[in-house]
Amino acid sequence: MAWKFVSDRPIYLQIAEHIKIDIITGVYPPGERLPSVRELAAIAAVNPNTMQRAMSELEQSGLVSAMRTTGRFVTEDKEILEKTKQALAHELAQEYLRTISRLGYTPEEAAELVLKINQ
Amino acid sequence: MNNILECYNLSKFYSGVPALTNLTLSIPKGKIIGLLGPNGSGKTTFIKIAAGLLTPTTGSITIDGNAPGVETKSYVSYLPERTYLSSWMKVSDIIAMFSDFYPDFDVPRANDMLKRLGVSTNAKLKTLSKGTKEKVQLVLVMARRARLYLLDEPIGGVDPATREYILNTIITNYNENSTIIISTHLITDIEKVLDEFLFINKGQVVMSGSVDSVREEKGMSIDELFREVFKC
Repeated sequence: MAWKFVSDRPIYLQIAEHIKIDIITGVYPPGERLPSVRELAAIAAVNPNTMQRAMSELEQSGLVSAMRTTGRFVTEDKEILEKTKQALAHELAQEYLRTISRLGYTPEEAAELVLKINQ
Repeated sequence: MNNILECYNLSKFYSGVPALTNLTLSIPKGKIIGLLGPNGSGKTTFIKIAAGLLTPTTGSITIDGNAPGVETKSYVSYLPERTYLSSWMKVSDIIAMFSDFYPDFDVPRANDMLKRLGVSTNAKLKTLSKGTKEKVQLVLVMARRARLYLLDEPIGGVDPATREYILNTIITNYNENSTIIISTHLITDIEKVLDEFLFINKGQVVMSGSVDSVREEKGMSIDELFREVFKC
C-alpha cells in the first residue's frame, strides 16, 4: 500500500518520518539492514531520488548508517533510538496541545483529559 | 552534457493556429519530470515533436545532442495517448515486433512484467480490457532500456488500482541514468513520483521547479499550486 502524504510539507521529510516511526516501532529493529532505496521507493510508491534524499536525512540524524556495498543499517545506539523516540513523542504532544487549545483548553485541562480518557 | 533534452524557441502551428509558441526549456538527465498543463496547453504536441512524430514549425530541439529522427528513436521510448497496436495481434507477436524494432528492448523483462500482470502472451489484444491493453502498452514502453521515456497521459483512463500499478511500474523500471517525462493533468496521483514539474499553458512554460522545493517554500502541493496558477 502506497504511503500517504500531506500537501504542506516536503515529501522527503515525510518519508524520513515514516521510516523513523517504523524503526522505533520495531518494523526495522536495531542493527537490521534496511531494504534498498529502490525497494523502499516501490513500497512507498515514491520517486527513488526522493527516497534517497530521505535516507540522507536519516543518515545525518545517525539513526541509519550506510555501509559501503552492503547497504544501510539501523543504528544499535540506544541513546540515538531513545532520543528519536522522545522527539517523535514531543511532536505528537505538541500537535495535540495546539489542536485542543483552539477549543479553549489549557495545558492542565488537556493533560487531565488524557488521564481521564485512559481510565 | 547534463541535459537529455533541450529546446529553443520551439513553435508549432496547426494551419496557423499556435499549439506551441517559443517554447524554451531543458530537461536534466536522471529525473522524473511532470509536464503539467490544462487541456489544450500543448503537452501532446511537445511530446509528439520530441518523439519525432511532428516537425516543429520553427525553433530547434535536440535529444542527447540529436534532432528527433531515426537516431533518437533508438533511445527514446514513447507511450502515445492512444494505443496503436493492431487488435488481431497476440501479445507474443507484439513482443517479437518490439524486440525486432528496438535493440534496447529487454524481452525477459517484458515477459516478467506481463507475468506479474497476469497477462498471457498467448492472448490476442482484442480479448483484453481497455485497462489491460494500457498496461501491456506501458510494459512494452518501459521494457526498453531507453535514455528518455516520453509518457503521454499514462494514467488517463484507468481505475485507481491500475494507476498505482502503472506508477509502480514506472518507479521500479527506471534507472538513474534515464529520464522520464510524464504528461498529465491528474497531478495528485503523480506528484509523489516526480522530481520536477513544468507547468505549460498556451504553448509556453509558465512555471517550473522541484516538487519538494515548492512544498518547502510555499507550503503547498503541486496540485494546489496548479489550481492557483490555472484558476479559471
